[in-house]
Amino acid sequence: MTVELAKHRELGLTDSEFELIVEQLGREPNDVELAMFSLLWSEHCAYKHSRKLLGRLPTEGERVVMGPGENAGAVDVGNGYAVAFKVESHNHPSAVEPFQGAATGVGGILRDVFALGARPIAILDSLRFGELDSVRSRHLLDGAVRGIGHYGNSIGVATVGGEIYFEEPYEHNCLVNAMCVGLARTEDMVRAAAAGVGNAVVLMGASTGRDGIGGASVLASAELGEGDEAKRPTVQIGDPFEESKVLECCLELLGKGLLVSLQDLGAAGLTSSAGEMAAAGGVGIDIDVARVPLREADMEPFEIMVSESQERMLAVVEPARVPEVLAVCEKWQTGGTEIGVVTDSGQVRILRDGEVVGDMPVESLVDGCPLYDLEPGEPQGWIYGNRATLTPEATAEQELLALLAAPSIASKRWAFEQYDSVVGSRTVRRPESADAAVLRLPEAGNAIAVSIDGNGRRVACDPYEGTVEAVLECAQNLACVGAEPLGLTNCLNFGNPEKPATAWQLDRAVSGLADACTALGVPVVGGNVSLYNEGPDGPIYPTPVVGMVGELPDPARTAGSAFAKQGDAIGLVGPFAPTLAGSELAKQRGVLDAGLPRSDVTAVAAACAIVRDAVRAGRLASAHDVSDGGLAVALAEAAIGAGLGCRVDLQPLRDRGCQPEEALFGEGSGGFLVSGDRATLEELGATLLGEVGGEAIEIAAGDRSVAVPLAEAERAWRSLPAQAERDGA
Amino acid sequence: MIWGVVQFPGSCDERDALHACEVASGEARLIWHEERELGGVDAVVIPGGFSYGDYLRAGAIARFSPAMEAVAGFAAAGGPVLGICNGFQVLCEAGLLPGALLRNEELRFICRQVELVDAGGGRLSIPAKHGEGRYHAPEDALDRLEANGQVAYRYATDQNFNGSARDIAGVSNEAGNVLGLMPHPEHAVDPLTGSTDGLRVFEAVAAAGARA
Repeated sequence: MTVELAKHRELGLTDSEFELIVEQLGREPNDVELAMFSLLWSEHCAYKHSRKLLGRLPTEGERVVMGPGENAGAVDVGNGYAVAFKVESHNHPSAVEPFQGAATGVGGILRDVFALGARPIAILDSLRFGELDSVRSRHLLDGAVRGIGHYGNSIGVATVGGEIYFEEPYEHNCLVNAMCVGLARTEDMVRAAAAGVGNAVVLMGASTGRDGIGGASVLASAELGEGDEAKRPTVQIGDPFEESKVLECCLELLGKGLLVSLQDLGAAGLTSSAGEMAAAGGVGIDIDVARVPLREADMEPFEIMVSESQERMLAVVEPARVPEVLAVCEKWQTGGTEIGVVTDSGQVRILRDGEVVGDMPVESLVDGCPLYDLEPGEPQGWIYGNRATLTPEATAEQELLALLAAPSIASKRWAFEQYDSVVGSRTVRRPESADAAVLRLPEAGNAIAVSIDGNGRRVACDPYEGTVEAVLECAQNLACVGAEPLGLTNCLNFGNPEKPATAWQLDRAVSGLADACTALGVPVVGGNVSLYNEGPDGPIYPTPVVGMVGELPDPARTAGSAFAKQGDAIGLVGPFAPTLAGSELAKQRGVLDAGLPRSDVTAVAAACAIVRDAVRAGRLASAHDVSDGGLAVALAEAAIGAGLGCRVDLQPLRDRGCQPEEALFGEGSGGFLVSGDRATLEELGATLLGEVGGEAIEIAAGDRSVAVPLAEAERAWRSLPAQAERDGA
Repeated sequence: MIWGVVQFPGSCDERDALHACEVASGEARLIWHEERELGGVDAVVIPGGFSYGDYLRAGAIARFSPAMEAVAGFAAAGGPVLGICNGFQVLCEAGLLPGALLRNEELRFICRQVELVDAGGGRLSIPAKHGEGRYHAPEDALDRLEANGQVAYRYATDQNFNGSARDIAGVSNEAGNVLGLMPHPEHAVDPLTGSTDGLRVFEAVAAAGARA
């Protein structure tokens, strides 16, 4: 008995979970069954610490085509087309091996989207690393960016946007969240539920090897720590060429109506895809591991069932159509093998050459894991560190230049130029030219805008309010290009939920997400939870990452974030009430503390509508959300992008009660920096601040007034390559 | 005019190339890499991507495909052929164009809108995106290319980001009916997505076809 206990603990199951498995099976599990249970009952697969919270999220909406529970969510974009999208984390693999970790993160999210029958058309990434003065962070950044580029570029899907933040708490546990957006004819889409007793189960794509064994349970569901190099074998190896063939193969099969259902093999491999397909369809499944094409001949049944080899898909096919399906696989030079059958047993049975080596009730395997209540405990004050890099004596000019050069704010051209952003010929707004990426959809006769956001530092200050802000920032980014939100996906990256402070952060963040989405009327159509993101020094900043897809009627009517022409008036729209709480300036001064002011969600939504309508009507020359670094940084970005200076006076903000430095560098939701015709801005109710022109960024703010030559500001803002490549990489 | 776009496993830009051919002039169809006949097309495009995963070396496997044998015959008979990015690499590997494409000087994949200058001095703004686009040929071969007027496109001043010899972005064969370039004209056929300058590349190929 002691030996058995040791084994299940090694696989990440608690004693009481093991006892529950014995109770549900009516006997002790054998090795195959124990391996499969340990994966499907892991945090990564069972969401056992988060599922109860996720019930708070609004998931209904008239444009929702598929909601949570499918491989990805999908919304209707008109003319018989739907857009499918999802964001997913690949944090722990990337922290152990950044190139392959990030590459297979992209590969995995692509499969989730084409599993629905949608052709992937865009990728966005949300990345978090430690500060760039750490050699480890530079190594992780370089590897992750190369990995994302390697996979996305090779498979021919445009990487159109994303964000990168650098903060000390991500030093050991970087975050790599990848989002994929796909387009499908709604009638061609399929669900993941297995159906039709007697139908064949066909495994397509790559062969199965020993890579990625234990990825979901050992790597993704525990904290990182010393000796993680030993976990490298749990990281999968990606092959975008194989995925490209499987993608085309699956889309051809679905286009010909040859598949009953389709599911990708991700975390927990065959175990999870077979189990989840059976559970969703209320049926049983028999899998014969002897028929699975292997890379190594001597693999044990449990290894075959838990392997996380990449680029594999599982399909349910009517028996008469199997030959046609295999012929399409042959055409694309990718694997296709009938490995099992749909049954009415309600059991997942694993066979080897006809001999049963595992036999478990589907319900127990997939839904039998106990769900835990969190035990939240609000921490007292600021629980993360503070490190000052600016002295209180710094002038406003020095502060502006330091903010523009901060890696989290500086231009990310170094990264996004390593990604193909134009393949597919849909990209109307490329990275950094507007607040959201804009992709045209000639099929549907309109366009979509996509944005991904989440500022972990602000969520650390106030998990509820910080998460509300992430949703609002996404909505504001969409408004800047004239888009109206259709749906949202999210990835909740948090530390160890068994610790009260993290539990409290998670609980508050989910409430903030739910309330903001409800207030904006944006349904949550899918998402992912990544817990146990901790290093030896403690947890990461709580980091909910929000991805939003919006619709705009005419791709020719969008606005860029850069000023457009000399003499245009500059104005501020929205209920912007900046403070230094949680700001980049507060970080650089080393004075971060708990607490953020409340956002007025209703007022922000109203401002979004004003900006959106004005952009759609072609009335604004530029629109830019005021975000990290406050108004001064937003002005500098709009000016640098245009190669034009600006002269503004922030007195109107000071009249609202802002201190000069709050007006300059304070952050908060609800601010839109717009430019255009003066009369139009007045009609829109914008607060006029000044005008475009000159060769400097001149901002009057009482005793903190700033004047920085444009070229100097641009030098600071473009300093990321020098900071990222200081090792001579 | 009917265009054929060769599709290998791992091609990425074949749908964009099809669309660009249609916008440029007339009809376009895909040619599967296993086909030995080109089906009576008037011009052929070898599109961008990572044919056969670019394993071994970019374009090294694609040159042995049945469709490429047919393309070689088509080119020898004077048929117009355009190779874009990976297609350019394939044509160099197949010996239909001189030179070779090496890894970018900075050893990174770069995606950027670049300014090109054509043989007549006209400027084009077209996206480039590749990790192995540094044009290389021996010095005497480069001299011959220039003397024969085979340098079809050069990167404009300060635009040669990959370190190509003599700023060369695209070359043609001696007969002038086979053209290869690293930047992507098929992504530049609509003002909404950046520019329409790419159409001029397709028109030049179509004109070569008309002369043949």
